[in-house]
Amino acid sequence: MAPISRGFHGRRRDDVDPARVPPGQYVVNDFPVLSAGPTPRTPLDQWSFAIGGEVGGEASWTWEQFLALPSETFTVDIHCVTKWSKLGTHWTGVSIDTLLEGVETEAGYVTAWSDGGYTTNLSLADLTAGRAWVVYDFDGEPLEAEHGGPARLLVPHLYFWKSAKWVRGLRFTAADEPGFWEQAGYNNHGDPWKEERYWSD
Amino acid sequence: MERLTPPGAPIVWHELTVLELVEETAHAKTIVLDRSGWPGHVAGQHLDVRLTAEDGYQAERSYSIASAPEDERLELTVERIDDGEVSPYLADELRSGDRLEVRGPVGGHFTWRVEDGGPLLLVAGGSGLVPLMAMIRHRAARRATIDTRLLASSRTWDDLLYRDELSRMSGETGLTTQFTLTRARPPGWSGFDRRVDAEMLTLVGPRVSERPRIFVCGPTAFVESVADALVGIGHPPGAIHAERFGPS
Repeated sequence: MAPISRGFHGRRRDDVDPARVPPGQYVVNDFPVLSAGPTPRTPLDQWSFAIGGEVGGEASWTWEQFLALPSETFTVDIHCVTKWSKLGTHWTGVSIDTLLEGVETEAGYVTAWSDGGYTTNLSLADLTAGRAWVVYDFDGEPLEAEHGGPARLLVPHLYFWKSAKWVRGLRFTAADEPGFWEQAGYNNHGDPWKEERYWSD
Repeated sequence: MERLTPPGAPIVWHELTVLELVEETAHAKTIVLDRSGWPGHVAGQHLDVRLTAEDGYQAERSYSIASAPEDERLELTVERIDDGEVSPYLADELRSGDRLEVRGPVGGHFTWRVEDGGPLLLVAGGSGLVPLMAMIRHRAARRATIDTRLLASSRTWDDLLYRDELSRMSGETGLTTQFTLTRARPPGWSGFDRRVDAEMLTLVGPRVSERPRIFVCGPTAFVESVADALVGIGHPPGAIHAERFGPS
């Protein structure tokens, strides 16, 4: 039982459905930016998205080819480990299921890698069955660089650091290989509903 | 990107006693905590604060640690955000003798130890100075002479955190502190008087060829602009550690 903070009443928001807010989170209306270094800016004519590692047959798309893939527009809630949640965000992008059509693998894990050197690890199960996308539009506009544009991974059922900004590829691995924040004290899985924030949670 | 700090002690909640509150500026207070039970930290790390109302409602936020790992007391500096939920409580309601729940330390990227070496370029926007001050205090506690350049941007002289302590420290071997005041300057001001730009970073910082470790902390727009300018003058992106905070 947590001790009462003398004189603290809090400011509950009556415009927010509490069932949509995971433990320890608060809802924001703006869109905070968090990243560990400068924002990389890769020209679109040098951009590609690649699937590789322990797979039978690698795949790669240029920016134009990527935009030509079947896309989905959808609305999800997102939750950052630094405590903010943003409800009802609108995105357009390509489902990971679409990207993996025809990819054969025995590997159970994936490292998403990005411009700037960022990596994050996910199980294949967390990336498939309609639960993850590579998105390039936010609110009907091209995704801004500071929010991960031209394209970022979006895995809304995990803390937002798993939704790698500036994503350029997925590398399949036989073993689970902790990524950037996963090696820096954050949780390997990152389920906000279980409050898996830090490595020891 | 470089290798990161491995995890230390499990990250669990601690109930610490407030020893003192120090008014730093009209908008910011330092919360001084008894560190009994605190597992220790690395300069640059932050912690989570949790408040609990009588009906069980809780609110959590993260704050940078201002004190050095060597300090006997654990200090946070909190800027009051007038329409915020937690910072007005911490700045206006919290009293010495109260207990405060904190969890940490958190963060293994925006950190610096004397052993990591230098030279160092620290660039702060507003209360982004807090985690950089922990690095400066750590350096002083260890009596290190590593070439360290601080560039702190503030709206006015009165908004500048730790300014007396920084003024006292500025004679220490190897430490240079410079300020830019973006909104108003006191009479006779001889420091910078504009937003941080590439020219200012070139003047203040170690040369690119010296491969400085760079830490930039402040509001999102400040960090975006400074990090872009640093890349623009030739610093490798992997040497630039950034920590951004939003308006919320």
